[in-house]
Amino acid sequence: MGKHEIEVTINGKVYQEEVEPRMLLSDFVRDVCGLTGTHVGCEHGVCGACTINVNGSAVRSCLMFAIQADGQQVQTVEGLTSNHELTDLQKNFIECHGLQCGFCTAGILMSTEDYLEKNPNPSSKEIKEMLSGHLCRCTGYDGIVKAIEKTIEERNQSVLS
Amino acid sequence: MTNVIGKSATRVEDKRLLTGQGKYIDDLGTKVSTGHAAILRSSHPHAYIKSIDKEAALKMPGVKGIITGEDIRGLVKPFSVGVMAPVEYYPLAIDKVRYVGEPMAIIVAKDRYAAEDALEKIKVVYEALPPLVGIERALEEDAPILHENVGSNIANHREFNYGDVDKAFEEADRIVKHKFNFPKYTATPVETYGVVAEYDPAHDQYTVQANFHGPFVIHSIMAQALQIPSNKLRIIVPKDIGGSYGIKAGIFPYIVLCGLASKLIGCPVKWIEDRQEHLSSSASGTDRVTYIEAAVENSGKVTGLRMKMIDNVGAYIRAPEPASLYRNHANSTGAYDIQNLHIDAYAIMTNKSPTGLIRGYGGQELYFPLERIMQEVAKELNMDHADVIRKNLVKEAQFPYKTASGGTYDSGNYEESFELALATGKYEEFRKKQEEARKNGKILGVGLACIVEPSGSNMGYITVALTPEERAGSLPKSGASEAATVSMDPLGSVNVRISTTPSGQGHETVAAQIVSEVLGLPREQINVVAELDTSTSAWSIASGSYSSRFASLGSSAIYYAAHKVRAKLFKIAADQLNVKEADLELEKGSIFVKNNPDKKFSVKRAAGLAHWHPTSLPDGMEPGIYETYYYTADVAQAPNEQDMINSSVTYGFVADMVTVEIDPDTAEVKIIDYFTVHDAGKLLNPLIVDGQIMGGLAHGLGGALYEELAYDKNGQFLTGSFMDYLCPTAPEIPNVTIKHTESPSPLTPLGAKGLGEGNTMSAPVAVANAVSDALAHLDIMIDDLPLSPTRIWKLMGEAKEKVTTP
Repeated sequence: MGKHEIEVTINGKVYQEEVEPRMLLSDFVRDVCGLTGTHVGCEHGVCGACTINVNGSAVRSCLMFAIQADGQQVQTVEGLTSNHELTDLQKNFIECHGLQCGFCTAGILMSTEDYLEKNPNPSSKEIKEMLSGHLCRCTGYDGIVKAIEKTIEERNQSVLS
Repeated sequence: MTNVIGKSATRVEDKRLLTGQGKYIDDLGTKVSTGHAAILRSSHPHAYIKSIDKEAALKMPGVKGIITGEDIRGLVKPFSVGVMAPVEYYPLAIDKVRYVGEPMAIIVAKDRYAAEDALEKIKVVYEALPPLVGIERALEEDAPILHENVGSNIANHREFNYGDVDKAFEEADRIVKHKFNFPKYTATPVETYGVVAEYDPAHDQYTVQANFHGPFVIHSIMAQALQIPSNKLRIIVPKDIGGSYGIKAGIFPYIVLCGLASKLIGCPVKWIEDRQEHLSSSASGTDRVTYIEAAVENSGKVTGLRMKMIDNVGAYIRAPEPASLYRNHANSTGAYDIQNLHIDAYAIMTNKSPTGLIRGYGGQELYFPLERIMQEVAKELNMDHADVIRKNLVKEAQFPYKTASGGTYDSGNYEESFELALATGKYEEFRKKQEEARKNGKILGVGLACIVEPSGSNMGYITVALTPEERAGSLPKSGASEAATVSMDPLGSVNVRISTTPSGQGHETVAAQIVSEVLGLPREQINVVAELDTSTSAWSIASGSYSSRFASLGSSAIYYAAHKVRAKLFKIAADQLNVKEADLELEKGSIFVKNNPDKKFSVKRAAGLAHWHPTSLPDGMEPGIYETYYYTADVAQAPNEQDMINSSVTYGFVADMVTVEIDPDTAEVKIIDYFTVHDAGKLLNPLIVDGQIMGGLAHGLGGALYEELAYDKNGQFLTGSFMDYLCPTAPEIPNVTIKHTESPSPLTPLGAKGLGEGNTMSAPVAVANAVSDALAHLDIMIDDLPLSPTRIWKLMGEAKEKVTTP
């Protein structure tokens, strides 16, 4: 199968690679670029584990081809932090026990950051609706919801002060 | 002591997992020569394989080789299993397929895309056979037979009599009985199975990385199937496993398959299962039919139980089955004081996928009929369900309580925990609310369930699948061994090696807490290594992550290994300070004389002496600090000739109260509130404990309301995607209130018991009882799960028809 050259910027770094048109973006990110923090759980767009940010929107990377990301700006879980510092959301996942096995976590972080940027003050019900695009079989979602609520509260406080 | 055991310490695992630095099986680097596998699977539930033509597939670009069942014939022995039925289970189907999704060939290519391209070119000719789907159909004389050499579809059958059951039933005021069906469902970790296998011809050795978490008795089974000395099969488990809940114990046939493919094709083989494969063919819980009868006094006291349990283990019985039937054998009467018990247990085989470990293993299948019948007893006697439970619960003064079938419940206060659940849920108040609601056409219900949660399985329990005579002809099994190693290096840093292969339960965190406390060092300084390597780790047959065994067994091994290190440090310090060990105390990294704290010796220095200056050590002491402890529990004895077996080491307790509302227009069950009270002895880390409980409950609610691996009447598999197999998502999780009572286990050094499976066992029946309570006015019997709107709508329709057509 013929290959096409694409150029994708991931976490600020440019990746120029040749790929088959059928290569999934999730496989490109993991197997070509070596960014294994993005996980693949179902490859049919339900579990949400492979969620990354493409041009400012959270998307399921198993439902996109790599060539569709040609020329795009991509962020993965590895790009959420710099200098090994954790974000407020990540810190609250630790505090609130928002993860156990950690396999679904990257996707949830990516969706949440995108969602909170667009909806800084969601209700608990809205948070849960946003999370309904993700399967977590460890936590029962309780710690995840708490971590997100705590982050919203802290962000609101820092805006006020 | 730094006093960290029992604290809600945050987890040491989290930072790497939150930043995308976890090391799961699919993240490990592979050699350039590695081939990637795809597996051809049966599209038929039951058929002879007439031919498999792989010629065209072999010519596809990038293909390195294709192995079929025919290619492994003679190279591999059937996997051994703890029953007498001569079932032949191989990693690839040979001659015949017996379920949709059964592996028939493995294709190895330069990448997964090329392997899947080639897969489509393989031509299979089947000769279809009549499928066998229904559980009870399997026992009928004219049923299709899956395994001709077994002669029937029964893989195992045992009958047990404890106490005087016939007398209890003769003397009973009433007998309450019913048949219940428990569905086949699974756990779907978000990470699927993964294997990287490499055969080394120079040493005739297989090295396999896989997200397998034990029980490591299966290592012996794999080595025997490959017909190699067991040290020629090296299994390495990565540090991170993306969830399992038992299901990944079922990966073992694929470990052998990838190992064989590596040997025959001549390159390392990597296989990552996809979701459809996982749903159709990995492993699941059993579906079970139970006929239950209770001998009841008019007071509400249950004096005897009869249970006929027919467990469907799928197309092939494989290890650790038929353990689903016997894992709860000691706690067959649940939380109740019932000494007369008859069990008629069958493991049967049908054209569905093979079963295995799953969170709650056997518990949900047991407690569904048991807790449902207790509610039916209340209905029959016109009593409140809570009063029937009260009447029958094991009393505090009875602990340690000996069960009819040979168990010893180590500790508990069931009445107190149950009353706490009722008080927390405001049971009486809800009853009034329910009455009011009915007047307004609203359908509310409350469900109760009390269950005993076993933890730390006794490796001897599975042998009750054999008769005492059959057992006498084989070597006895017992124990619940787990190992841990604590070492200190020349600069005094601590490493801990555990063999409990965690998949998200925070074992690294809790191990660090325990060692920190015993050695008086900050927990941040303790490095815990969770990778298990069968060639270099301390492990035994019981090692691994299953049966909630970390808190009772794993933690005990860690605790005692740390104490061995502590004892050695004390000996060194006593010798250096010229005092008796008994006069010493340890705090904040320093060993000092109790009544003269200025006289002290640092832990670091003591460890250093053992490496840098061994001739200064007390006479006869070995240099180095490297201590392994193998822990087991004396109570984990082999079964006796009367089939009495204490199937677990510790027994916790769970009391649930759940309230539901049923929409009369859609028949949807909405959970209003879930209250759950747990007694798991001493809690090692309450933050992790509540996380485990929430996860177990979510899975239990899935089993109650949504999850089922469905097959049609022809044996075709219907739920091969997450669009068809419904897992609960965040909006489906109700308000949950968790409370704890604490009856420390007298058996474990830290007083801890296992947990995390309790609500998976209790929630399906608690919700079923609530729905049954809600629909009591329609006289609807709930005896099947999951409680989907379709099922309830149908029941409500039938009930209304009964009322309107006299």
